[in-house]
Amino acid sequence: MDNRNSKAWLYLLPAILFLGVFMVYPLIDVFIYSFEEGYNSASQTFFGVGGYNYSYVLHDPYFLQAVKNTFILVIITVPLSTGIALLISLGLSSIKPLKDLFQTIYFLPYVTNTLAVGLVFMILFRKTPYTDGLANLFLSLFSAGPVDFIDGPYWAKMFVLCFYTVWVVMPFKILILTSALASVKQDYYNAAKIDGTPRFRVFTKITLPMISPMLFYLIITGFIGAFKAYSDAVALFGTNLNAAEMNTIVGYVYDMLYGDSGGYPSYASAAAIILFVIVLTITCINLLVSKKHVHY
Amino acid sequence: MSKPVNYEKIEKAARTRENIKNGVIYTFLTLWAVMVLFPFYWMLLTSVKSYGSYNSEYIPKFFTLSPTLQNYADAFTTVPLGQYFLNTLIFTVITTAVMLIVIIPAAFAFARLNFRGKNALFTLFLSLMMIPNELVIITNFTTITNLDLRNSFLGLILPSVTSVFYIYLLKENFAQIPDELYYAAKVDGTSDLKYLLRVMIPICKPTIITVTILKVIECWNSYVWPRLITDDEAYFLVSNGIQEIRENGFGRENIPAMMAAVVVISVPLIVLFLIFRKKIMEGVARGGTKG
Amino acid sequence: MKLVLQNLTKKFPSRNRKSKEEVVAVNDFTFEIPDGELIGLLGPSGCGKSTMLNLICGLQKPTSGKIFFGDDDVTDLPPEHRGVGLVFQNYALYPHLTVLQNITFPLENLRGEAKMTKQQMVEKATQIAGLVQIDGLLERKPSELSGGQQQRVAIARALVKMPRVLLLDEPLSNLDARLRLQTREEIKRIQRETGITTIFVTHDQDEAMSISDRIVVMKDGVLHQIGKPQDVYDDPVNLFVAKFLGTPPINVFEGFVKDGKLHIGEDIVLDVKGAADEDVWVGIRPEGFVLDENGPFSCTLSGLEVMGRDVSVVSTNEHSANPVIRSIISAENKVDLSSPTVRFALKPKKVFIFRKSTEERIRFDIG
Repeated sequence: MDNRNSKAWLYLLPAILFLGVFMVYPLIDVFIYSFEEGYNSASQTFFGVGGYNYSYVLHDPYFLQAVKNTFILVIITVPLSTGIALLISLGLSSIKPLKDLFQTIYFLPYVTNTLAVGLVFMILFRKTPYTDGLANLFLSLFSAGPVDFIDGPYWAKMFVLCFYTVWVVMPFKILILTSALASVKQDYYNAAKIDGTPRFRVFTKITLPMISPMLFYLIITGFIGAFKAYSDAVALFGTNLNAAEMNTIVGYVYDMLYGDSGGYPSYASAAAIILFVIVLTITCINLLVSKKHVHY
Repeated sequence: MSKPVNYEKIEKAARTRENIKNGVIYTFLTLWAVMVLFPFYWMLLTSVKSYGSYNSEYIPKFFTLSPTLQNYADAFTTVPLGQYFLNTLIFTVITTAVMLIVIIPAAFAFARLNFRGKNALFTLFLSLMMIPNELVIITNFTTITNLDLRNSFLGLILPSVTSVFYIYLLKENFAQIPDELYYAAKVDGTSDLKYLLRVMIPICKPTIITVTILKVIECWNSYVWPRLITDDEAYFLVSNGIQEIRENGFGRENIPAMMAAVVVISVPLIVLFLIFRKKIMEGVARGGTKG
Repeated sequence: MKLVLQNLTKKFPSRNRKSKEEVVAVNDFTFEIPDGELIGLLGPSGCGKSTMLNLICGLQKPTSGKIFFGDDDVTDLPPEHRGVGLVFQNYALYPHLTVLQNITFPLENLRGEAKMTKQQMVEKATQIAGLVQIDGLLERKPSELSGGQQQRVAIARALVKMPRVLLLDEPLSNLDARLRLQTREEIKRIQRETGITTIFVTHDQDEAMSISDRIVVMKDGVLHQIGKPQDVYDDPVNLFVAKFLGTPPINVFEGFVKDGKLHIGEDIVLDVKGAADEDVWVGIRPEGFVLDENGPFSCTLSGLEVMGRDVSVVSTNEHSANPVIRSIISAENKVDLSSPTVRFALKPKKVFIFRKSTEERIRFDIG
């Protein structure tokens, strides 16, 4: 190897070291883990090799609960957040005064600590002996409730989780869609205006096709992000998510790894790989669908 | 024109439609703005209510006439909030600095230097972008535990350094610098390293700043890895601190003090955001994600 | 459709926040375009041409003044009710739609009595496509077309709903030189065949001169002259119009009028009866020079440029406002290159004089 080559590798060495130790090796290792049966993390021994870990995880009621929660969360929040974000971005791009102010406000949740603001949401929605909480005060206006959204019925908890998730993911989506809308040339709108195109038709025939690549990008990343939900749930319901019936797949992985029910890296690995397969499948389906509908 | 057209009517209808449209849009936008701001307002409000008055409000009040800063004092004295803060600061600064030291040479090598296996290696790097963190965190947990690095800054920092995406972002930016500049520097006898430090980094400063800010936000808010790797309060970051406060701190129910802690934790990033608003939003639009 | 503009004015708030001054893009514009004419709106960049176009099609509202289509006052009418077709400088074809879909797009918006069936739309679109000669490309996407073809699609889309007025914004600026010549003939032909009143904006005087029935010369939002291209060329109202039209451009000299004679420096170059004594700018068209050994106007010869049919004599004069003087003479004339000076006689019809202060044309009797 000549001098030039070795110099280049020298520049790359730190990156290769870090990535090798903390990404490539773990990636291989996690597959091995997931097939090692009865791994003991203290003695680092295992009995045999096989699919038992997968079968255990797939029959674990906590895991099934986590899968169910995650799917519900994904199905509700991805379309909802993308839809609302689209409406807001459309609104933003059709006004001039106060636009900057609105954009700044809308972006705020992105830079806040998920755990910290989650605590505020918990207080807003929680019902305690001392107070019904603000959410119930609001409900009582419609003579409904009170409901305990944090320690109460399953769907009440799910509602808060979805609500908070949407609140958290919104800034990113609004930002991306607003810049996508801004990149559609004004000439197209002018041309449509001269032809007397109704507002709705301008939206479906011009705006939507033009921003469709970005929209699909958001849907794909939205799915991936929602499948990996975890800290939002912790923020609202505390670390013991299994007890709250609010665990997510990622939460299950971490619980298996560490914490009160932890110490089972093999189960954690199996669950993580199952999650990876699910996400990969959904992403592939998304890509196939988008190929059909994205116009360039 | 075969029949008379009532232009005045058309004009008036158009004006009315425009007004209604604007009304609806502003109402809708304001509604969402309130939705976003309300939790922040509530956290500020609660943080200045006294413990007694907060607990006596069965129906929560939307303002307070006797604000107090006692909760802020409590937040710093009852729980080691200052310690959490300092830990997070150390963690954020070192992680970001090490990341820059690692990614800048790597991006430079990919963008500027020629060596055997460059394309293959770059493809490998790109494919690593698709690997979810959840998959590798398990082994990293074991690795760090086996190295006896739990409850240490080294254990916190090392696995948090790598960022394939930022290498990619920076490489793209480096590659935009015209080749002529490099050849001119070579003719003048400038070394590669000097060229990187004196020409490329200054030119790409905006991107480097963007990457830095994004990494700072990521570090400041990181929760999962610190939670796995620390159980000693002395090494808690703010996120873990918040969780700790929630579950054990302040005798569990001192909500105003909790909110004071939340305000203190949220302020630095909000200030950072307000200062670098344009840069942050631009950087995120270029490829940041969350979740 | 006759088009009338009355005292049309458009002001914009200044970009510079400190100064409260407004930018006047269009200033008190009044003119009338007869039905079925092709009008070239001509002026240097930034003179308010595009604003003008936006006012006519309704994308912008005038600050004051009125616009009439025929007898209808359309000043405050939204664009879709005006019945205008607009071709954008960069065409603004919808990239995700095929050529056919692009052309039928405006038809699909028609409501009420004007509503068309799918079949009718396709027929109409095909007919227009035939007119602009893009019949074979209907199933393609805009990205698969050349610049010239995209241009035709854009024109077809603007024409398909039979607008009362067709507006073209710098229609040729994105085409290469050869295509530009071809396309401008094409525009002329299409306009003739449809008979739609058409305004097209350009900064290229060649383009405007060659195809317009009438040209409108504007600068800084102000209308300078309107008329048939040849008339405007032969009879400019002021120095700007004289300088803006014609290639090679008009030669300008400093001079003065004394006792009905036009002086350039020492030379008494022309009789200008009826003009008062004053300092003037003298504009002489390149073709206004005649080689004449005894001519009254002497210049220093610097060279010859042979352009086939014609010869361009390049010379200098200390009173010229341009660095060199270009005069075009027929190639049959022989130029004596050995002599350092060259003498010209001038054709009175090709010489214009302008008041020094206002740059307004001063008329004189041609003897």
